[in-house]
Amino acid sequence: MIRIENLTFAYDNRIPVLHDLSLAVQEGEAVGLIGANGAGKSTLLKLLAGIGGDYQGKAQVCGMELCKKNLTAIRAKLGYVFQDSESQLFLSTVYEDVAFGPRNYGYTGEEADRRVMDALKKVHLEGLKDRQIYRMSGGEKKLASIATILSMKPDVMLLDEPSVALDPGNRRNLIHILNEIRETKIIASHDLDMIWDTCSRTVLLCGGRIVKDGSTEEILRDRKLLEDHGLELPLSLTGRG
Amino acid sequence: MSKLKKAIQDIHLSDVSQKGQRGRGRGEAGSGAEISLHPLAYLLVTFFYLLLVVSFSKYDLSGLLSMVLYLLILGIGREIRLREALRHTWPVLLLVSMVGIANPFVEREICWQWGEVGISYGIISMLTLMLKGIFCVMASYLLVMGTGMEGICLGLRSLHLPKELVAVVFLIYRYLIVLLKEAERMVLAYKLRAPGQKGIHFKVWGSFLGLLLLRSMDRAQTVYESMLLRGYQGEIRGREFRGSKGRSVAYVCLWAVALFFLRVVPVFELVGALLP
Repeated sequence: MIRIENLTFAYDNRIPVLHDLSLAVQEGEAVGLIGANGAGKSTLLKLLAGIGGDYQGKAQVCGMELCKKNLTAIRAKLGYVFQDSESQLFLSTVYEDVAFGPRNYGYTGEEADRRVMDALKKVHLEGLKDRQIYRMSGGEKKLASIATILSMKPDVMLLDEPSVALDPGNRRNLIHILNEIRETKIIASHDLDMIWDTCSRTVLLCGGRIVKDGSTEEILRDRKLLEDHGLELPLSLTGRG
Repeated sequence: MSKLKKAIQDIHLSDVSQKGQRGRGRGEAGSGAEISLHPLAYLLVTFFYLLLVVSFSKYDLSGLLSMVLYLLILGIGREIRLREALRHTWPVLLLVSMVGIANPFVEREICWQWGEVGISYGIISMLTLMLKGIFCVMASYLLVMGTGMEGICLGLRSLHLPKELVAVVFLIYRYLIVLLKEAERMVLAYKLRAPGQKGIHFKVWGSFLGLLLLRSMDRAQTVYESMLLRGYQGEIRGREFRGSKGRSVAYVCLWAVALFFLRVVPVFELVGALLP
């Protein structure tokens, strides 16, 4: 589903923030992308969505080379959830925002309606379809921004810090929702407990390089590996959670 | 509530477009799919109204006064309070009221004597120009409050205006919200670190405005990226119209007749003549 080979990327031709990355993600896989601040998690996700800029190396998303001429086709199969929901939601009501994607892909009338309602049901927001965005709580906004992506029925979902600013109840709800989604997912997060609960595979990034790529259990149980790269064991594994 | 927060809230309230939705409480705006009348109908009636208002001669004050009836009917129908409307529009109203302010000094010929007081042509033309400006602003305000920017964009697209132009109108409107939100955040951060200080010190105005511009542009870029990632290709495909076309046409026809009547019949003059 996603294949990158020897990918290197730098902002404005400065020092590279991603060095020689190679990664392959299979269909249906849930991959956690972890690392300290500045490790390159968000940059990698943005590059995969085609909003990062020019890179060196090879990258394929959904069988298509990641280049300008394929961006429209790639974006039709890919959903990106921004870290900041305020940037994701820009229309007046939940309904309008969730319908924005389907309408742009030519769905109108009942089909657009059905997609919106299906997406809202998945995130348990069907009762808030007429709610104005600016009156929603942070948790509701996060779920609504996930619904904006689900309504497009993407093959791949890229989620940047999805659990940030969520209270424990909403966070648990989000984990439940993510586990219900069968599409390929790449989740970049510092919330290692969420990664533990949602991803079968984890990739540890440090200084723009892949340090370790393996099963979530193997990586998240390795205290030394995590601490060496600015992270800590998930609370649920320390006995404190 | 700060003025900035109030401004953001007011802009969002204008998104709650259709009649009756204003009172729904906690941010309920009605399904985006349910629009009873096509926004183009509101747009056409407003254009027609504006055309008729500017068509009055500068001395036809009594005739122009009858055009206020449209604003009153629409305002009452859309449950828009006069105080609320004046609070939103007073800077623009003040500006348009300045048009023709010099007329009384230029046209001093007396056209109407009321006891000792003489009313000159200049005063009449000044009042007419003022009212024309006020009526136009209020009609546009009622259009935005009643139809919402998304509705207006849908109406403009129905008129086959270039999609790029409509997208620019829509994005400027959205950028305004982004700008205000960033300004609100920055002012709050400033106030929390400058207790007891009234407003923002003039020494930091320059850097404050520069930073506000940079931050809002950055944020606008992210919003744009979010739109691109959801298939945006230069055309805003907003809410769909699923109401009755017949009702929309009837709305336009009825208002066209009513407005034309108000244009040719000086209602207030007639009512005045009937009084003993």
